[in-house]
Amino acid sequence: MNRIGAGEIDGLIRAMALDTGAWLKRTGRGDPLIIGIHTGGLWVAERMRRELAIDSPVGELNITFYRDDFSRIGMHPRVAPSHLPLAVDDRHLILVDDVLNTGRTIRAAMNEIFDWGRPASICLAVLIERGGRELPVQADVVGRRLDLHPDQHVKLLGPEPLALEIKKSE
Amino acid sequence: MTAHDTQLDQHGRLKHFLTVEGLSRELLLEILDHAESFAGVGDRAVKKVPLLRGKTIVNLFFEPSTRTRTTFELAAKRLSADVLNLNSSTSSTSKGESLQDMLHTLQAMHCDMFIIRHGNSGAAHFIASRVSPDVRVINAGDGRHAHPTQAVLDMFTIRRHKPDFPGLRVAIVGDVAHSRVARSEIHALRALGVADIRVVGPKTLIPAGIESMGVTVYNELESGIRDADVIVMLRLQKERMRSALLPGAKEYFNSFGLTNARLRAARKDVIVMHPGPINRGVEIDSEVADGTRSVILQQVGHGISVRMAIMALIMGSLAPGRETG
Repeated sequence: MNRIGAGEIDGLIRAMALDTGAWLKRTGRGDPLIIGIHTGGLWVAERMRRELAIDSPVGELNITFYRDDFSRIGMHPRVAPSHLPLAVDDRHLILVDDVLNTGRTIRAAMNEIFDWGRPASICLAVLIERGGRELPVQADVVGRRLDLHPDQHVKLLGPEPLALEIKKSE
Repeated sequence: MTAHDTQLDQHGRLKHFLTVEGLSRELLLEILDHAESFAGVGDRAVKKVPLLRGKTIVNLFFEPSTRTRTTFELAAKRLSADVLNLNSSTSSTSKGESLQDMLHTLQAMHCDMFIIRHGNSGAAHFIASRVSPDVRVINAGDGRHAHPTQAVLDMFTIRRHKPDFPGLRVAIVGDVAHSRVARSEIHALRALGVADIRVVGPKTLIPAGIESMGVTVYNELESGIRDADVIVMLRLQKERMRSALLPGAKEYFNSFGLTNARLRAARKDVIVMHPGPINRGVEIDSEVADGTRSVILQQVGHGISVRMAIMALIMGSLAPGRETG
């Protein structure tokens, strides 16, 4: 398999929204702010927001300034700046990304979130979870687990329609 | 080797920031885009990002400055760098230590970046060509030559209000002859494709042959700013009066001072800029400086984001290179 199409992805995101709703109910956490990590995470977060009928707009996180590889590769090409529509202090957050791999992106995202304020909690939702963790980071909600070889690369294409592409790294 | 050659590495990345002259449109826009990302950092609870954590940046100022030095300091601190401020009056140069010796001393302390303001044109270039390869240099104003970060922050300010550069009419007004800001500004505007650049001022303050930079000269204020989208006022240095280039502050204000009445010649949505500090009642009237068309205080804030972007970019060029993924 080297491609997952839009129909299947929409189904995965609907299931993620259901799981997230159930998770919020189980833990007694209401009125969450949903935050997507640029760029793929943002597309998934926007769809989850619609499914969960959350009124507040999606928060956008650009983790460029928090990456741990600045001394190795310098500045990344610019993406839109972070924008959180609501104060994160004492708020429950749903952090959304497209792929969970090493865990370094999520570490950077959490560092940035704490520079905006002190949230009550963070729930991590990812469309694809694959192996290769280098940090102790686990998702609370997962769309699909993929067992991939380390030299396989998975990328979410979008925003409309969404597609997942799995290929061998160059 | 020109300053422009010195400031780029073999991959064409910015290694030092010495001049706008020769800078490509793409590189300028890259700086502006990064600055736009950094602009939001000041709005947050923690006004810092960890990019330059563990780096030491030295502000070496051999000429007095308040806003340039403090915005460089704030920019460095918002990138989590440690900052050392050395002014010529407090440093060993007043005890006769040469600039080169002072640099060697600072390099021995493992400082990573020097931000230099100096009265001699070419000072920052001189230093950049003598530091060890892992040290970065930014020109914060050298003599009459250049003030490149000011020019970039002005471009940032213009783009926030009027993003379509080629269609703009920009008037630079005042003491162009002694202004390092004007020179850098003209290079930046040209790089971004601005076709109608005017320099406006009395004959004694407009350098001969400046038309070769691609500008039109006006010796009368109203015609110079007619239908302008952007007016850049320059500070009139008091010593010009003493050196008899000008009759006096009052006479200057009467012919070249920007007042609300004169501003009517420009477009309704004109923006008025000034690198500061302003001389109220000399080159600009308070009603304009504090008025609705003035973006002078915005320029100060933008100076922080633009300097963050430049520092981050040139420190990033120390990285060995981009990997896949």
